[in-house]
Amino acid sequence: MSSDTATMPAMAKSERTSLALNRTPMWRQRKKLANYLALLPYIAFALFPFYIMVITSLKSNQEINNLSKSPFWATGITTDHYVYLAQNTGFFDHWLLNTVIVATVSTVISVSVGTLGAYALARLRFRGVEMFGVAVFITYLVPQSLLFIPLINVVNAVDSVVPIRDTYWSLILTYPTFLIPFVMWLLMGYFRTIPVEVEECAYLDGCSRLSALFRVVLPMAMPGIICAVLFSYTLSWNEFLYSLVFIQDQAAKTLSVGVFTELIRGDIYYWGSLMAACFTGAIPIVVLYSFFMDYYVSGLTSGAIK
Amino acid sequence: MAAIELRDLWKRYDRVEAVQGINLDIRHNEFIALVGPSGCGKTTTLRMIAGLEDITAGEIRVGDRVVNEVPPKDRDIAMVFQNYALYPHMTVYDNMAFGLKLRKTSKAEIDRRVRDAADILNIGELLDRRPKQLSGGQRQRVAMGRAIVRNPQVFLFDEPLSNLDAKLRVQMRTEIKKIHRRVRTTVVYVTHDQIEAMTLADRIVVMNFGLIEQVGTPDEMYNAPKTRFVASFIGSPSMNFLPCRVVSGGNGSLALRLTDKLSLAVPPERAARYRSHLDREMVFGIRPEHISDRRPNAGSGFEEFEAGMEVVEPMGIDTMVFFSIDGIEICARARPRAVGPVGEAMPFTVDMNEMHLIDPANDRVV
Amino acid sequence: MVAVTNIGRAEARPPLSVRSRLRRSVGPDIDGYGFILPSAIIMVSLVVYPFGLAVWYSLSDAFIGQPASFIGLDNFIYILTVDDIFPKVLRNTLLFAVISVACKVFFGLICALLLQRITTFKRFFRGAMLIPFVAPTALTTLGWWLILDPTYSHINWILKHVWPFSEMGLGPYQFLADPTLALSSVIFVNFWRGLPFFVITILAGLVSIPDHLYEAAEIDGASTWDKFWKITLPLLRPVLAVVILFSTIFTLADFNIVFVLTRGGPMNETHLFATYSYTYGILNHDIGLGAAVSLFLFPILAFTVIFLLRLIRRDTAYEL
Ligand SMILES: Nc1ncnc2c1ncn2[C@@H]1O[C@H](COP(=O)(O)OP(=O)(O)O)[C@@H](O)[C@H]1O
Ligand SMILES: [Mg+2]
Repeated sequence: MSSDTATMPAMAKSERTSLALNRTPMWRQRKKLANYLALLPYIAFALFPFYIMVITSLKSNQEINNLSKSPFWATGITTDHYVYLAQNTGFFDHWLLNTVIVATVSTVISVSVGTLGAYALARLRFRGVEMFGVAVFITYLVPQSLLFIPLINVVNAVDSVVPIRDTYWSLILTYPTFLIPFVMWLLMGYFRTIPVEVEECAYLDGCSRLSALFRVVLPMAMPGIICAVLFSYTLSWNEFLYSLVFIQDQAAKTLSVGVFTELIRGDIYYWGSLMAACFTGAIPIVVLYSFFMDYYVSGLTSGAIK
Repeated sequence: MAAIELRDLWKRYDRVEAVQGINLDIRHNEFIALVGPSGCGKTTTLRMIAGLEDITAGEIRVGDRVVNEVPPKDRDIAMVFQNYALYPHMTVYDNMAFGLKLRKTSKAEIDRRVRDAADILNIGELLDRRPKQLSGGQRQRVAMGRAIVRNPQVFLFDEPLSNLDAKLRVQMRTEIKKIHRRVRTTVVYVTHDQIEAMTLADRIVVMNFGLIEQVGTPDEMYNAPKTRFVASFIGSPSMNFLPCRVVSGGNGSLALRLTDKLSLAVPPERAARYRSHLDREMVFGIRPEHISDRRPNAGSGFEEFEAGMEVVEPMGIDTMVFFSIDGIEICARARPRAVGPVGEAMPFTVDMNEMHLIDPANDRVV
Repeated sequence: MVAVTNIGRAEARPPLSVRSRLRRSVGPDIDGYGFILPSAIIMVSLVVYPFGLAVWYSLSDAFIGQPASFIGLDNFIYILTVDDIFPKVLRNTLLFAVISVACKVFFGLICALLLQRITTFKRFFRGAMLIPFVAPTALTTLGWWLILDPTYSHINWILKHVWPFSEMGLGPYQFLADPTLALSSVIFVNFWRGLPFFVITILAGLVSIPDHLYEAAEIDGASTWDKFWKITLPLLRPVLAVVILFSTIFTLADFNIVFVLTRGGPMNETHLFATYSYTYGILNHDIGLGAAVSLFLFPILAFTVIFLLRLIRRDTAYEL
């Protein structure tokens, strides 16, 4: 809309003296406004629970429990619930730390292993590549909810060699099951968009397979790899089921499960600290997202749009 | 700077026989052009020389070693791709230095060679840019610079100019010729454009359906094509082909009967060559430039006839005139002044000294 | 000029090396196997093997802490004939997937069309829309849990205190205690979380439709409405199909939202495969039944995938 107004002045000067041409027409402005207004409910809807979390976490217990007062607004602000989280729960000392460790380690493992595999499946020619490609797609579709029961057995089997049961190592072991297929799926598409000739040129320039991969192909695939890292990190951060099943030790829990199992006690809910925990637990990933929004968007849409 | 030998070279993809046993000797420092229609196996041949594609059967020698099992990185070959294939994450300087760095050349030496090559190619000011910031022609130069700095044994080009616009293409063609004169090395140049091949190459290799049709100097390819395919592929506009019958013209001479009304006498020097085909159906081949309005004052072997013009295409220096004989369209090249309005009959002179006679049984030129 | 084969030399050529014979039989890039080896090991030991194990469990009477023995299809027969919760699981899964995906498509399309038209604050609007999708589901669902809590419910508060609702005498509703409302709530939260994926992907699809098609249609005299039905929607179909595919898969297999919000209750009315399987396998220690329940998901998933992939294949037939 703004581009056609930009080309107008020259014409207006030569043809007419009227200034009306220089402005966006009224009906167009109104339509634009209507557009923004129509979007507001969507934005409000998307952000509503976060708003509730913040407001509730900043209210004193008395105000929360005063049911005649509006739950949408806080009259006094208190940081008590956040202090409580830090002093009386394992939120910062254990859960947050565990989540960071698990997400980081399983992302590193999955992205490095997945990148190598995706490169081979997208680029190399050897018998069975197509079959492996299909296998990746199928494992990508096998949901966690189908595997958590037998994986208990696998974790126990590994535990008899190295103690991993009830530690976050059991999560680092199992998270790659859903991260690797995802990373491979994402990066296979990405590698295919990189012209083969550039890689071939590297061979002719004197590169071996590995040096061509590290010095030419991977630098070119960097946006895809960043995308894979962000998604792996987010998926690990948000994972709930495996963590719920494999970890009972309070000190070994991750954020989602720690908040869910340790902060909900009995029938009296400590809404203030619960919402403080939910909000704090979501912040790191939302901040990460806000910095790298374009990568998230491209990762999400790459599967659907060629 | 090495000779290349291809011996019975085969390449089979799953279902396609892309190259079907070709033999070729490329001399030291020679500029060879591989031409042929799209899909005839030029790129495949080039990639086998580079080592990017496995050889199904046969042998390739570069210098005096068999390179069949030598990986590309050890072949000392540089290649310029159609899409340039520059490293997008490196500056122009680093693009050119990359191969030398891998070979552990000293910093000073790398710098000297990169700047020399940049001088040759006039890209000195671009060294700090990234490929994204370059125009098509500049990318093309960088791609060549990257090959030049390495001073490889062999240069391979795969349709390097086809992504450029027409004007730039002609300009780069001349440039490539100059560069080859400066950095003498063996070049294999793939193109589907016969004009590029004619203007650049010491020798031309015409390929078709995975086979070599003919190898020769541009002059030989133009004047003495060995097959109908080569005859039609080289030269623009393409050679005219007309079915004809070789008949006896009395007192030992021969004539070609094109239609009931039109027969052209064969020059006496050629009669002996064609005698064995007397009374057989053959194909008469003649280039447009040898059918003209010009009537030479002296010399023999000129035949005349008249035909009605159907389409006229002025090209400035000459005008292409199209007419048909027995339903077959013929193209002639006439001086613009001599061409009247479309529909009118016009006299033409055929230079029968430049004729070709093709045996339709095997499409070979007699 | 065509050189004649030098037969003598051809015969003297050394026999092929092992490496090149290998290359001939498996392809030029043998090292490819090395590259996929790590991921193959992980996938086989942590996906394929457990999957096989799940199948074995489902055919056994495995119980936590006890040796298992083969019992054939008994688990499946039990689930299908005796178990009266399982039909509800099937019903819920179907409702859950169909209703929430349908809503996501409808509202996702509208929102994407609106987002496409805005110029200022574009990044802010798009960015805000996607937040529900990236934030931890378990934690955001806890936020909804508060919003839907019978005592503290914000919705009930509005119904009681805000005119004109306060005049109508509606509520308070037991959102998570009433079976129908509980299922609706669960679907609603799933809709909230999944909508951004639709919006963003559809938006990307919209942007990829070339302008000249709309311009051509305008010249042909098409109205906005015509353009939507004749250009936007048909060209969006492949994108829609893929989004629906992924969303359906993840909705069918969902665990977090139901578990956090209702734990399958009230009275086991809101179970999905995942939560029901968890109830059997983890809470009741009956691994055999838990595995059998979760395995039911597999044919349903496979069917959905194949069906939707078919649609996609057919749709992408017309390229631009
Ligand atoms: N990687 C490949 N797999 C299968 N067939 C191929 C491959 N590369 C080329 N071909 C086939 O081999 C033939 C020759 O191809 P190419 O050498 O690229 O031709 P040109 O470069 O002369 O146009 C073509 O028919 C082409 O389809
Ligand atoms: Mg080619």
